[in-house]
Amino acid sequence: MIVMNQNSKPSPAEGGVLEAPKRTLFQENWNLFRKNRLAMAGLVVFVIFFIIAVGGFFLTYGRSPVFDPALVRLQEKLRPPLSKPNLETLKPEELPRLGIYLFGTDDLGRDVFSRMLQGAWVSLTVGFVAVGIAVIIGIILGGIAGYYGSGQISLGHLLASVLVGGGIIGILLGETAVGVLLVLLGAAVAAVLIRMGNSKGKGPIPMGFSVLFFNLFSVDVLITGLIDIMLCFPVFFLILTVVALIPSKIHYIMIVIGLTSWMGSARFIRAEFLSLRELDFVTAAKALGVSDWRIIFRHMVPNAMSPVLVSATIGIASAILIEAGLSFLGFGDASYATWGNILSSGKDFLFDAPWLTFVPGFAVLTVVLAFNLFGEGLRDVLNPKLKERH
Amino acid sequence: MADQGTDHSVLLVKGLKKYFPVRRGFLQKVIGWIKAVDGVDLEIGQGKTLGLVGESGCGKTTVGQLILRLIEADAGQIVFRDQDITAFPPEEMKPLRKEMQIIFQDPFGSLNPRMTVGQSIEEGLRTLDEGGRPWRRKRIRELLEMVGMPPNVDDRYPHEFSGGQRQRIGIARALSVEPSLIICDEPVSALDVSIQAQIINLLEDLQAKLGLSYLFIAHDLNVVEYISDAVAVMYLGQLMAYGPAELIYDQPLHPYTRALLSAVPVPEPGRSREWEPLGGDVPSPFNPPPGCKFQGRCPLVEDRCRREEIQFYPVEDGRRVRCWKVLGK
Ligand SMILES: Nc1ncnc2c1ncn2[C@@H]1O[C@H](COP(=O)(O)OP(=O)(O)OP(=O)(O)O)[C@@H](O)[C@H]1O
Ligand code: SF4
Ligand SMILES: [Mg+2]
Repeated sequence: MIVMNQNSKPSPAEGGVLEAPKRTLFQENWNLFRKNRLAMAGLVVFVIFFIIAVGGFFLTYGRSPVFDPALVRLQEKLRPPLSKPNLETLKPEELPRLGIYLFGTDDLGRDVFSRMLQGAWVSLTVGFVAVGIAVIIGIILGGIAGYYGSGQISLGHLLASVLVGGGIIGILLGETAVGVLLVLLGAAVAAVLIRMGNSKGKGPIPMGFSVLFFNLFSVDVLITGLIDIMLCFPVFFLILTVVALIPSKIHYIMIVIGLTSWMGSARFIRAEFLSLRELDFVTAAKALGVSDWRIIFRHMVPNAMSPVLVSATIGIASAILIEAGLSFLGFGDASYATWGNILSSGKDFLFDAPWLTFVPGFAVLTVVLAFNLFGEGLRDVLNPKLKERH
Repeated sequence: MADQGTDHSVLLVKGLKKYFPVRRGFLQKVIGWIKAVDGVDLEIGQGKTLGLVGESGCGKTTVGQLILRLIEADAGQIVFRDQDITAFPPEEMKPLRKEMQIIFQDPFGSLNPRMTVGQSIEEGLRTLDEGGRPWRRKRIRELLEMVGMPPNVDDRYPHEFSGGQRQRIGIARALSVEPSLIICDEPVSALDVSIQAQIINLLEDLQAKLGLSYLFIAHDLNVVEYISDAVAVMYLGQLMAYGPAELIYDQPLHPYTRALLSAVPVPEPGRSREWEPLGGDVPSPFNPPPGCKFQGRCPLVEDRCRREEIQFYPVEDGRRVRCWKVLGK
């Protein structure tokens, strides 16, 4: 029997005023993370790489950069690392800034150190932009599947989107008149759907239109189907095919990598949303009248981000690898020095100039390994099962 | 229970039904229905507490969520302050969200782990369109004090608090929009007994101070005895008994109520406990057999109970009982 003669103030049994210094979740996670030596090493390498890459951008950027990665000195080709420049054949502005060729020169006499600096920046941006695109697509598609997944897609929805999509393709292909007609038709179908959808339940839908409301499948089936289809393609060959068809600009490469690697994030977000939306704090937010938009972005996304963060960290490493692979195969952007195309030019001089292979190879290896270790460490810290919860 | 809402009733629920489809197979065909709520009538008076009691899975949470319109009812009416809100579209529901709030059983799942206590409470204040940040900050502190928490904990995260403290924070969040009805969904079931009493006392204090009405959900009669004015006993989606609290406890009629009371550990003097305690487990609400839902566990069961649907018979003193046998009908 419950004893009812107590007052409503908290007793010591309930836990009095908090005396412990306040610690955020971040601080707790950080303390756990610090204990993982390999992950810390990964983080340190990541920070150093970040500083070098950002520094590399400023030092190799512009018309007359501090370190010019594109300066050709044919008389100085294939000089080994740490060798001194030949002062007699070089103009003063052609001298390497460090006084020596720190990492040697390549077959055109370009300073490998400068090229590595620029390549670091390219790798960093490729990694972050590609993964950024992938994560944004993943959050949007995974979020829709997880939050609105039970919504139905009807014949009308499908018809409207096929008409509009076909029309836009028509316009792009130059068939403007047909394209505009199709878009207008699609818009008309959409308008019918919206108007009748609003009055649904108030009266019967006129004959003939009801076929538009025939439900085909749910939003969730559509999005998980799309994910599965995308996963069927081997990503690298998909990217190779696309890159072979479009101009090889570094921006396109970033976008293509991003557009083909969002499936992991989408799956994680969807799974997290499915369990989060059953949680009481989400129900509480709905009961308070918080908008759907705010519930998704303020309450659900932050709680769904841990697995995405982990996969994104490892995703950066694989984006860097993919870009290096593309450059190595000659599909990269030749107007920048990248680790991949330094490697690629080095393969022809493997015995004469091994530094052309080892320097970028070692850099790729270190950075990819560091990102993976960091990502694994994050996973351990963010895994609630490994953390005692009180 | 009155068929017509009395002037002072806050909430009136009539014939509420919610069936969840059970799907199987590749094509997700519906193979049957879980009758989670199968015709429930309730009435809550202004400033009063209705206890809703039943075993796990009988549909109590579903009733609460239906009332709040967090899930859509399949049939029935929900009348809040003389407005039939059953089919209100989201825009019209919005102002009513401030009138009805909910507090939860699980003190761990009910607070967003990535928001400070202050931010969680502020989510309610934001929907009020009143005052700016300084006003909200002041109000957060007032609300924390109101629920017996030190006001300076607003920048702490939920993981730093005990279950009872989190429950208080959840109450503060519900109070932030100044509701008049609060659905308390087993607010003390997950707490230690000594803390249960404190939370119940807090809810009573707040009711007296703010004139709140409660629908107080619990899985045993014992918890709601002290706080309830009226009690409804639920079994497999239907109410089995309804009436003023004293009568339910002192002269239980329905075999299920009696069985529940016989499980109460310390009988009070003057209260008889000669009924058989409850045997067996709650049957599944999936495709239940016709007739009385309690037939499988009832000591008094007869053929008639399996043949016909049992009415919710009115008894004198405003009571209702869903059993023909104990009433001699
Ligand atoms: N969204 C849903 N889909 C399918 N079935 C559901 C859903 N929500 C609840 N149910 C089922 O409806 C029945 C009633 O559930 P409900 O949560 O209302 O019970 P409860 O009385 O609150 O139980 P507890 O004491 O365990 O909280 C259960 O059998 C449950 O499995
Ligand atoms: S109607 Fe029959 S089975 Fe149901 S409670 Fe009464 S006696 Fe028991
Ligand atoms: Mg429940």
